[in-house]
This record gives sequence, C-alpha cells and structure tokens, in this order.
Amino acid sequence: MVLVGALGVITRSNPVHAALSLVLTLFGVAVMFVAQGAYFVAAVQVIVYAGAIVVLLLFVIMLLGVDRAEDVRIEPLTGQRPLALVVALGATAVLVAAVLDGLGAVPDLEGSVPETANPDADVLEIARSVFGDYVVAFEVTSVLLVVAVVGTVLMTRRRLGTGAGR
Amino acid sequence: MSGPPLGVAVGASWYLVVAALLFGVGLFGVTVRRNPLVMLMCVELMLNAVNLTFVTLAHRLGDVAGRTTVLFVLVVAAAEVTVGLAIVVAIMRHRSAVTTDDLTALRG
Repeated sequence: MVLVGALGVITRSNPVHAALSLVLTLFGVAVMFVAQGAYFVAAVQVIVYAGAIVVLLLFVIMLLGVDRAEDVRIEPLTGQRPLALVVALGATAVLVAAVLDGLGAVPDLEGSVPETANPDADVLEIARSVFGDYVVAFEVTSVLLVVAVVGTVLMTRRRLGTGAGR
Repeated sequence: MSGPPLGVAVGASWYLVVAALLFGVGLFGVTVRRNPLVMLMCVELMLNAVNLTFVTLAHRLGDVAGRTTVLFVLVVAAAEVTVGLAIVVAIMRHRSAVTTDDLTALRG
C-alpha cells in the first residue's frame, strides 16, 4: 500500500491525484508506526502530515490553478529519465544491501526493555526524552518554526500601497 | 499490546527494505518530475522513508531517541514545506510558470 501510493505520487500527471496518493502513503507509514509500538508518532504523523501538510499542498494547488495535467510523456532533457532511473535504482540497491548486510550487527533488543501494556507510556517516554535530553534541539526547532512562519509571510504578502503582487 | 501480530510476523528488515524502496521512489520522482509541487511531495516521501527507518530501529533497539528524532524531523518537514510553498506562490504570482523548465533565471 505504501509503495503503491508512492508510485502514484510520481506517475500521476495531475498534481491533485499525486497529493491524494501521498495521503495513501502517509497513512500506510502511520500504520507501520503503530505496528511497531510508536503510537504517539503515528498520531502526529496523521495529524501533521496527512492533515496539515497535504491540505496545505492541495490549497496551493487550487489557489494557483496549476491542477492542469503535466504531460509526463515528454522528456525535456535527453537521457534524463534513464539516468534518473539508474541513480534511483543504484541508491535503492545500496540501501537494501546495507540493510540486509548490516542488520545483523544491530543487536535485537526488542523484548529486553520491559514494555508496559499501556500506550500512554509511549507518550511519557517521548516527553521525558524531548524535555530532558533533547531540550536544546527542541528550542532550536521552535526558533526554526518561527523563522519559517515569518519568512513565509514576508515572501507571500503583497506589497502595501502598490496593490500589485510582488 | 507490546506489538500486534503483524509486527512480530513481518520483522525489522522488511520495514527497512520498504523504507529503502520508498526513498528510491522519492529520489526518482524528485529528479524526473517538473512540477515544483510534485517535487515537494517527493521530498516528503524521502523524509517519510527516513522516519520509518528511525522508528524501526528505535523499536528494535528499545530506545526512545529514534522516536524523538522523528518528531523533530516532522517539525523540520513542516517548516520546509511552508517555505517551499511560499516560494512557489511568490514565483507563480510573478510569472505564470508551471514547471521548473520555465524558471531559467533567478532574477526577479
């Protein structure tokens, strides 16, 4: 399901369809998170990604009216597609090989940490980690968010007085 | 509830392989597609592949740090999409360019 959605993103010529395929992929990844006990991260994934980011993408698609289909058959640069396919397949092959080869070196501690049956424990652990060990990173990301919001507003506002778009 | 039956049956390596394939698909998309919005979506695919890897290894190692990192990655992804969309909106407002082929000059 995840890979079908991902293929949909890159093959649909209509951006709206691509965005909806992205939702499929994001939900599939969220299901994988739940299957591995990361309940809180799965919830955040659905809310932030499938909720906010995809809605933002769709909003911009419709705001700009670029939902006319891009012709995916024409190839602007000669040899771009084969080269891109080679690069992507090579990267994937290297990653898969690294996973299959290196996973044995990772100790399998899946059952060693006593996991409580309570899903709330997941939230508690993450909260302790975020506000304990990683509190500096947390503050830095908050600054990043503020900077991103201010930059976005500055970039997209119309200049006052002229009435014309920038 | 320490792991539904599916998680036990599938195993960590399959999640990692799926993540690698997802990353490859995203990489192919971002190099081939010419609509900047679709390119942003493909970057999201690659970020999701990395998130999946983080969660899988955090589960396998019994360490919560991986899940914490995923939260930070989510925040950075949200900021990245916001800024990227703002740039796209600003460009489209300036001139009606639909694909990245139409953007040959950075001058405004």
